[in-house]
Amino acid sequence: MRLPSGGTGITREKELSFAFDGKPHRGFEGDTVASALLAAGVRTVGRSFKYHRPRGIWGHGVEEPNAIFDVKLAGFHEPNARGTTTPLADGLVVRSINARPDASRDRFGFLDRFAKFIPAGFYYKTFMWPSWERFEPRIRAMAGLGEIDREWAPKAFSSHVHDTCDVLVVGAGNSGLRAALAAARDGRSVTVVDEGFAPGGQLLYRSRTADGEHAEEWLASTLAELSRLGVTIMSRSTAYGIYDHNLVCVAELKKATNPPISHRIRPKQIVLATGAIERPLVFPNNDRPGIMSAASALFYLRRHGVRVGERIVIASNNDSTAEVAEAFRVVGANVTEVSSVANVRGKNRVEAVIDENGRSIPADALLVSGGYSPTVHLFCQAKGKLAWSDERAAFVPKDEVQGVKVIGSANGDFRWRVQASWPTKPTKERAWIDFQNDVTSKDVALAARENFRSVEHLKRYTTLGMATDQGKTSNVNGLAALAAFTGRSIAETGTTTFRPPYTPVSMMAFTGYRHGQLFNPVRRLALETEHRAAGAIFGEYGGWLRPAAYDRDIQSEALRAREGVGIFDASPLGKVEVIGPDAGLLLDFNGYGKVSTLKPGRIRYGLTLNENGSVYDDGVIARLDETRFLVSCSSSHVTGVHLRLEDIRQDLFDPTRLSIHNATSRWATLTVTGPKSRSLLDSLSLGLDLGNEAFPHMSWRMATFEGGPVRLARVSFSGDLSFEVSVPQSKAASLFCALREAGARFNATMLGLEALMILRAEKGYIVIGKDTDGLTLPHDLGIVGPRDKRTDEFVGRRSLFTEWAQEKKRRQFTGLSITDGGGPLATGAHAIERVTGKSRSIGFVTSSYFSPTIGKPIALGLIENAMERQGEIIEMQHLGAVRKARVSAACAFDPEGARLNA
Amino acid sequence: MHLICCPFCGNRDETEFRFAVEAGKRRGSVSSSPDEWAKYLYFQNNVKGDTREVWMHLTCGELFILSRNSVTHSIHGSEPVRKAAEA
Ligand SMILES: [Zn+2]
Repeated sequence: MRLPSGGTGITREKELSFAFDGKPHRGFEGDTVASALLAAGVRTVGRSFKYHRPRGIWGHGVEEPNAIFDVKLAGFHEPNARGTTTPLADGLVVRSINARPDASRDRFGFLDRFAKFIPAGFYYKTFMWPSWERFEPRIRAMAGLGEIDREWAPKAFSSHVHDTCDVLVVGAGNSGLRAALAAARDGRSVTVVDEGFAPGGQLLYRSRTADGEHAEEWLASTLAELSRLGVTIMSRSTAYGIYDHNLVCVAELKKATNPPISHRIRPKQIVLATGAIERPLVFPNNDRPGIMSAASALFYLRRHGVRVGERIVIASNNDSTAEVAEAFRVVGANVTEVSSVANVRGKNRVEAVIDENGRSIPADALLVSGGYSPTVHLFCQAKGKLAWSDERAAFVPKDEVQGVKVIGSANGDFRWRVQASWPTKPTKERAWIDFQNDVTSKDVALAARENFRSVEHLKRYTTLGMATDQGKTSNVNGLAALAAFTGRSIAETGTTTFRPPYTPVSMMAFTGYRHGQLFNPVRRLALETEHRAAGAIFGEYGGWLRPAAYDRDIQSEALRAREGVGIFDASPLGKVEVIGPDAGLLLDFNGYGKVSTLKPGRIRYGLTLNENGSVYDDGVIARLDETRFLVSCSSSHVTGVHLRLEDIRQDLFDPTRLSIHNATSRWATLTVTGPKSRSLLDSLSLGLDLGNEAFPHMSWRMATFEGGPVRLARVSFSGDLSFEVSVPQSKAASLFCALREAGARFNATMLGLEALMILRAEKGYIVIGKDTDGLTLPHDLGIVGPRDKRTDEFVGRRSLFTEWAQEKKRRQFTGLSITDGGGPLATGAHAIERVTGKSRSIGFVTSSYFSPTIGKPIALGLIENAMERQGEIIEMQHLGAVRKARVSAACAFDPEGARLNA
Repeated sequence: MHLICCPFCGNRDETEFRFAVEAGKRRGSVSSSPDEWAKYLYFQNNVKGDTREVWMHLTCGELFILSRNSVTHSIHGSEPVRKAAEA
């Protein structure tokens, strides 16, 4: 109940209304959901994970195992919010989870009576059961936490903040504030992060500091000085992870209806003043609503003016509870102190406490302190090691970690003396160790009996220390029980691994703005607007958003380009310049074919290989002048080719004689292709002789377009007469307009990537990665010249002479013509060979289209010994159906090249 | 998340870098034996402890030698590839 006065954390003038499980309640500003429910006298706030036992509030911070709620506020939804860390707000709608219809009337409550049928390892044992899948969905629905609302999306995105400081103090309690003060007085920049609603830690509810000062006064004057010294104190900010090189990740909950702000702080020095967490005592029925942490009860009394009971029993193994007993007596409660508990009466709330002598003490609240566990999670994440201290009944930091200092309770420097009391054997009635995961000392005993003696195995087998609280209250009691049941010491038993995050962090904090379009932004063409106006349908190709087609009928789009002229945006094609006196030599080494012998003004097609010999990329290289080449690599390989050239330049060449410049985004390129492409370009009057003699296939020329440079390259990916026209990006739109205007007279079509893919397949031109795979060597494509003739070293050369590379039965690139009169083969269909009744794959289809030019289906593929098999009819199998195809030349259109060289 | 020092740009985030090769590894040639070539292609020393590796800082494009400890993840320093090779 709420006392008529008191509560340093609440503002009584500001009343707030909220709902819990459909019932209206009221609280004050400064309340948490937990304090408001305690003030309202609500005892059962949830149902346990497995047995659906009624559960009440245990703690007052992130360690809370029971009070997990589904919370909605002004359109903001949080499915697994801890009541202890969720601030009360007007209009807040709180629902218990894992309970139907609600926590007080849960219809699965009967499960507790079947507890002996669902022991530890239940899932592991039951998964063996035949037809488990029939029961699984229903059993899973009965156990669990909150549910995600799939329709809901946050209105705002999590901000990501990167920061640094000299000293980062984690924890704004007694020790943390002293450390911050010392560092700030020393002139260092200091940031303090603390997960509480206000800085102070225990000083907010204990009357004295560790040094005996008046807590409230000391806190006020310290905070004032820290503020004067410019120290930043971030409240509601949880440091949830320490990573390499002093990176500390912090989730800050600033506004209730916004996702957390994600801070990545890299301080020079980390000070961990993370305090300690109070442990429960292990006795039968120690999970009943009304049993809570003694320190937490004091917290609610001092901060929120809430007295958790009238007749209070305090069970403690240490002297931290003396102040708790005193405080509750002052506010008129009847307080009995005991050192241990034999059992508890009452199901939905504590009714009486049975002490070790069998005496029944009527009570409505049982406050428990089983000692303190230092919060060493971050220290251990930073690779710190722990040592067991019998004297302090706790694992404490053992060695030093560079850049990380642990102080105060987190280091085991407690104010209290603890008389350890561990479970020695499982009790007849169940005694809980892990409230959140419903693990009892009987479960630990069962695990020990079944030889799960390692703590890591114990954790997986019983689920002790899993889920959202990660064993903050249960870990040490569990280890102590396992140690006792296996006849070892706690030190020998050891701890499980502490991994980030320390507390659950909303996925929204990690996502930030990196989702949807911003997750992996597409690269966009300078002419996107113009393409859209021309009716383009866009698709993503190798990270670029490009026109896939302009006409829903891709066949006729391809045919119009084949018969007349088409305009295609080829801007993403790589344009990497290699400059310097050694440029030719570098490209010779980089590529399969030689480039240094190329004359200025000419262009050569070539492959590049990986060091393992497989084909990496193909493309053309133009020699701009004696010391300058332009590498036109595949659109999706630009970054890779650039890095590779840099690698070679710096590692194997004299880098002072070479320079690599990626000019891809500087130029826009429009390809004009088709028999009428020359006439179309002639009408632009670029002042250039485009005739076949003056400007032959595989050469380039410079001219002037609107007072700026224009580069024309006569290369072709369609198999037709074709010109790539490149201008600086700033002139892209004018070039596009000029070509479209001139094109109107020639009935020019806009050509999308899909139609171009048909045209290139008709010609038998490969697409690396589609018509080749990681095993394809250049000679599998029929390109053997450089392997046989070159005497100088190049990337991948040695690999072309391995036993494997020279094997006879290699998959080779080939065409496949359809002989059964059917439609196109399925891409990926396997060619099969039948040997003694068994069928074996001898390759597969890599590209397959209906060819509008030839008027029948065409296909390309990688087939074993395809060169020897030319003309052979082979079987093609796909999804059980078998068809016939003839192994034939890859080039199905204009094999003589008359169109190309027109 | 590591903080790696580029000899030209200073401390930068790990995501800006790419591992290239273990320092001192020599490329073979067409005259390498199959074993030597396989070693070059596929085998790493994968040293436990102090290592010297070649990394590239993708934002400035420079290769450099990074000395670090593969167990503690501490970074000892870095130097330009060329200076290291000439020394
Ligand atoms: Zn750099």
